[in-house]
Formats: sequence, structure tokens, C-alpha cells
Amino acid sequence: MAVTVRQFDAVIVGGGGAGLRAALQLSEAGLKTVVLSKVFPTRSHTVAAQGGISAALGNVQEDKWEWHMYDTVKGSDWLGDQDAIEFMTRNAIDAVIELEHFGMPFDRVDSGRIYQRPFGGHTANFGKTPVQRACAAADRTGHAMLHTLYQRNVRAKTQFFVEWMALDLIRDSEGDVVGVTALEMETGEIMVLHAKAVLFATGGSGRIFAASTNAFINTGDGLGMCARAGIPLEDMEFWQFHPTGVAGAGVLITEGVRGEGGILLNANGERFMERYAPNLKDLAPRDFVSRCMALEVLEGRGCGKEKDHVLLKLDHLGPDIIKQRLPSIREIAIKFAGVDPIKEPIPVIPTCHYQMGGIPTNYLGEVITPQGDNPEVRVNGFYAAGECACTSVHGANRLGTNSLLDLVVFGKSAGNSMIDFIRKERPTHKPLPENAADFSLARVNRIDTQTNGEDVSAVRTAMQKVVQARAGVFRTDKNLALGVTEIKEVAERAKRTQIKDKSKVFNMARVEALEMENLIEVAVATLISAEARKESRGAHAHDDYPNRDDENWMKHTLFDSASRTLSYKPVHTKPLSVEYIPPKERTF
Amino acid sequence: MKTKFSIYRYNPDVDAKPYMQDYEIELEPSDKKLLDALMRLKSVDDSLNFRRSCREGVCGSDAMNINGKNGLACVTDVVDLKQPITLRPLPGMPVIRDLIVDMTQFFKQYHSIKPYVQNDEPAPQRERLQSPEERKELDGLYECILCACCSTSCPSFWWNPDKFVGPAGLLAAYRFLADTRDQATNERLDNLEDPYRLFRCHTIMNCVDVCPKELNPTRAIGKIKEMMIKRAV
Repeated sequence: MAVTVRQFDAVIVGGGGAGLRAALQLSEAGLKTVVLSKVFPTRSHTVAAQGGISAALGNVQEDKWEWHMYDTVKGSDWLGDQDAIEFMTRNAIDAVIELEHFGMPFDRVDSGRIYQRPFGGHTANFGKTPVQRACAAADRTGHAMLHTLYQRNVRAKTQFFVEWMALDLIRDSEGDVVGVTALEMETGEIMVLHAKAVLFATGGSGRIFAASTNAFINTGDGLGMCARAGIPLEDMEFWQFHPTGVAGAGVLITEGVRGEGGILLNANGERFMERYAPNLKDLAPRDFVSRCMALEVLEGRGCGKEKDHVLLKLDHLGPDIIKQRLPSIREIAIKFAGVDPIKEPIPVIPTCHYQMGGIPTNYLGEVITPQGDNPEVRVNGFYAAGECACTSVHGANRLGTNSLLDLVVFGKSAGNSMIDFIRKERPTHKPLPENAADFSLARVNRIDTQTNGEDVSAVRTAMQKVVQARAGVFRTDKNLALGVTEIKEVAERAKRTQIKDKSKVFNMARVEALEMENLIEVAVATLISAEARKESRGAHAHDDYPNRDDENWMKHTLFDSASRTLSYKPVHTKPLSVEYIPPKERTF
Repeated sequence: MKTKFSIYRYNPDVDAKPYMQDYEIELEPSDKKLLDALMRLKSVDDSLNFRRSCREGVCGSDAMNINGKNGLACVTDVVDLKQPITLRPLPGMPVIRDLIVDMTQFFKQYHSIKPYVQNDEPAPQRERLQSPEERKELDGLYECILCACCSTSCPSFWWNPDKFVGPAGLLAAYRFLADTRDQATNERLDNLEDPYRLFRCHTIMNCVDVCPKELNPTRAIGKIKEMMIKRAV
């Protein structure tokens, strides 16, 4: 079957913060670039980020990027790569100032500089005291940033393919990436996009969980494409549970609420975080606070009829602060929890929020895979940035506001690497392999012709139930082993999903079936990676192995989809210019 | 108890023309918002199509005409809606399929106001300073989610979508006029000084009535008109 081929210098898959920041770099360098996005770019999930973007600007209190680096390493529970963490925190200041120059509407302090608020795990003097580092645009920082980046791309005349879904990576016989196949949703046509370099900025996969703060579009498309193309997935056992999702609805309530002075209460009205984290209290890192909340509920101090949540109290901040600094939180609480936080506390529970793992990359944005004895060989022509990438700056637990920072720092870095690669190493396109679209066409054909299968929604619900029940806040050997068996069963069912609607134009049933094939790759990788890690580190809290085990487990997991096997590679302990931060016990 | 719907259907692959389809479905207790109900319907009839993403009112995907009024499905409570719940695509836009409209014209107008800060001075080492009061001028402007509820409820936009910028685009225009960091005030006003681009607004205020973010494009349009008058004298 003849498939249309279109040529670009660079193809960017994903129109969120990382994709847009990279696109800006490439467009402004004059390279022929296209950004593919399943949704209009400003509808990408970056838009939902609330609390802030971190940078040691020191606008409110003295701050240093070295302290930011220390907090990020400690937050990562020493699984983060210290070269990448140094790169990110050192470049944070310029990255945020650049956003301001792009026109981002940050809140301001009286001096006219960017407003900064306290956030979980942000400290001065290497863990001594809390510091105000989160640069904020009210509680809509992601919205402000995403719109600003889109607007800047309008100025740069970046080309967008809106409502296109990438289906598969195209690799040639040498393993180099030479393009992607993609589905234009409006026409239902499948095309080949032939590129000198491809960037994945496809975001997270939080929809593998039943309760998630993530948008419906967060289906791990980039991870699924990598898994099918023989690229391993790194550290997939590490999923962040945000302490404050609205109970029952899953919608995010920013940590900025606690940054502004909000506190968590149990059924006895006790501010229980004082007991667990005497120093940082409610502003301890997310993995820690989520576990404390889950413990309170497990020990019978949960609130409500079912004693299944805790309360986030902020009425003591007063209506002015709430209206000025947290207007969207008030809106969300009223709409999704039925309470006005000016008067009443918000019922909250830990909710799946962020994927620390992903496509293995280095701080240049290059995708790296093991080959022979070398754990990190570059895949020519292939880059990844943002939540889909495991760089790894977040290690076993991400600090709040480091996600938006990750997008712009590594989006830009990947863009620069692509420019270099295209100019120096790939001035002309490498030929496409024959029948480059056949694999994708076969996948779509399978979905269109499947009979005696199951509805996509039924299989998706089954997957979400398994992941939620087996890979939650607390994990056990028994539960994880059951989870591995169960998710493999669901994966068999996922091979036989079926849709009733076979039409071409804007067929979301087909899109959801394709998304399901990506989600299940992520779910399988998550359970198998989690089952194997016999320690507790960051977000991976294992009841049977309650301690961190640096001797045996300070290493990154790599999951290979075809064989469903794991291998490991060392954590980068050598920063770029500063001293190594050696592991120590994480107390707050 | 079953909930009744009447939903606009059109699939260009098979339908000669659009029609309204009735549905009756048992919703689960967790199906509180209209978007939850639509997802429930889609699990029964997978040919029903609509856009959705964040499900919390910040991405602007699921704008539609709900019982005659534009709004976002994800923040609309099902219990508040009179049955049959009548759903149509946003008015005045070409329909691609079912509740999905072609928003090309809407975004063209948004792009036409040059929605980015223009400042030719060399960027300073640190922030371009802005006082909290100056920054406050952007409140009620920058929060727009480009859902198009406003522009597609505006009769002036229905008649002249190619010539009238529409409430969303004009709200954005004023967002940049109001930004102390932007230096293109004159060019921006020139760009709007035209019988259609700005002056087709007849302050009908449908835009204010429907905005799911409670923004006020009419007030922003008034401010632009004031700036034009001030410039003229």
C-alpha cells in the first residue's frame, strides 16, 4: 500500500512544554521542523501544572543553585544522575529568566522581580531551613508557561500538525531513527514523516492508574513506541503519588497550597506531619507526605464516613491570600469537592501524578541504550525530553516544581543537540527502510478487523484496577508478584481489543485502541520493574524491604519489552563541575 | 435512574446530513460531570466523538453547546441539566464530526493579534521588572484557555468570523496591550483599527455570560476602544 511520505529536518512528537521549547530552538535556527500533537498545543498536560517552576533566583530569600541541586539529589533518594541534576539546577535561573523575557506572566514581589513561594523539599543551606524557590504565576504556572511557549512559537512560525498521533518509530538496519509513522486524526490517513532527527516529548502515562491527576491524553505513547522499537524503558517502578488529589475526583491540588501555609489534618484534627517531619512538616517531599497520609488512613485516623482521606485546611490563610495566590484551587475545590476552601477544608488522598521513569536519555537529550559492555550508547537521530524521558533528574522521587523546569531546560538542550547533529552529522536524510509504514498499518488493520475481542474500555479498566491495587503507595512482594501475573493476563487481552466504529474521520475509538497498546506496555514495565526491586527508595516503598539498599540497588532499571527482562546500569555519581553528594539517610 | 440525552450526530463517511440521536443511559454515582456521562455513553456507543483532555477545566478541549448554552462538559454537573440533555457542537463553526468542530478560523483570529510580547530592547540579565500593580493588570486576561465558548456564542463572530477578531482574540489583544513589557501598542491598535476587527463588537455580552473561566472579554474590548480614543486625541 502506498503511503504518503513527508520530509522534515526535525520531527517533534508532542506539543507540551518540552516539545514547544525544543521547537523554538529548532525553528529559530531555521531548520524545517514540525510539531505533532494529539491535541491543540495549549491543551497539552503541561497546562495543568499549578504551583511553580523552581530556580534559585533568590528574589525573596538568599538561594543558590547548589542548594537546589542538593535538594534534588536528596529528593531523588540518590537515584538521580548527578551530572544531569547539576545541569538542570545550574541552568534553572537562565531558563526562568528566559521565560519571563518571552512574556510569561509571573506574579511579582514589590521589587518588581518574580514572586517565589515555598514548596516541598526546597531548602537553604543543604537541608537546614525551608526556602522560597518556586517561581509562580498564581496557581496556574503551567498554563502561563505553556501558553507563553506556544505564543513564542507563533512568533517563530513553527509548523504544527495538530491532532496527529504518532504511531511508531522508524529505525533503519543500523538502528538509527529516521522518522515516525503518524495518524492524521481528521482524515484517518497514515503517513510517514521522514526526518533527520526525531524528538519524543510525549509526556507521561499516568492513565495506567485508576486514580490519577493526569489528563486523558497521558497514555505513554512515546514509551509504547520505544518499547515496540526495541528501546528499553528506565526506572518504570517509580511513580509519584501526589499527596493532595481531590478525594474521589483525582483532580490535583497544588503543593503550593501548603507552600502558602495550608496544613494536613487527620480525623482527630491533628496536624500529623509535625510528628513525621519535625523540620519541614507539611512541606516534606511528596513520597514522604503521601506515605504519612496513607499511614494515617491505615491506622484508622482517616476522615469522612469511610475514613478514607485526610483534610487539607487553608481557611486560616484568609480570603485575600486564597483569592490572590490560589484562585484556581478555590475553583477546583468548589467544582470537584463541593467545598469552598475559604470556609472548609478540602478532602484529599495521595493520587498518581508523575512518572519518574521513561525513555533513557542523557542531559543532552540524546536517547541512550545499552550495547555490549557499554550501558549508554547513543541512538543516532533520536532524542527525548520532558516527562517521557528518564534523564534522570528525578530519580526515585521528583521534587515539586522540578517538572516544569525539566521541560524547558531539557527541551532546549535536546533542541540544541538536534541542531548540532543535523548540521554536523546528518546534513542529508538517511534513506527510509523499505515498507517503513507496514508495521503501523498492520497494527491499525488488526484493530479494524479484530473479531471476538473485547472493548477497549473494558481492557483499560482491567489494567487500571491491577496497577492501582498492586503498585500503589505501599508495595509488598506478594502483591507485586500477583500484579505481574495479572498484568500479563491483561496484556494478552489487550492484543485482542476491538472497536465497533470503523470509519475514517476523527475516529476516537481507533485512537483509544492505539493508546491502549501504549498504556499496556507501560503497565507491564511498571509491574515487572517494581516486583524486582527489593528495597525501598523514593516513591518505591516496599513493606518487605523497608530500607534503602545502596550497596545492591543504587542502580537504574532497564526493562526490555520483547523479552520482558530487566537489566541495570549505574547511577551517574559524577557531577559536571561540583563535588559528588554522597548518600545519607533521608530525614526531614 | 436513567438519564436522557439528545446529541448532534454527523459522520461525513456515512451521513448525508446531520441528525439528533436520542440516548438513555444508567449513569454510575461517580458520573458527576457531563464529561463523565459522555465517557459512559462512549463506552456503549464508540462511534460518538468529542474532544477531551484534562477533565478539570484548564485545557479547553471539551467546549460544546449544552442545552443551548456554550460550556465545558468537564465542569458542568449532570444533575443541574434539564433532560433530555441536548448537546450540539459549538455554533457557527464547520463540523468535522459529531461534537468536534473545525477551529481553524478561531485560531487564525487569535494568531492575527500577534499574541506574544514584543520588545526590541536587548533583554536584561535578569527580569524585566514589573510591579505587583502592573502585573495585576494582566489578571482576568491571561487565564484564557482558548476553548472558543465566547467567540462561538457571539453573533458578530457568526456573521464575520473571517473579519471580526472575536472576543477571545480581542481579550488576548488587550492582554498584550496591558503588559508593561510590550512595546508594540501603536502597531497593535493599528492592527485593530478597522470597521470589522474590533468594532463589530456590539456589546451583546454573550461572551461574558458563557466564559467558563469567568473572564470578561467585553470589558477588555472596551479598554481597547478607550486606548484608541485616547490615542486619537
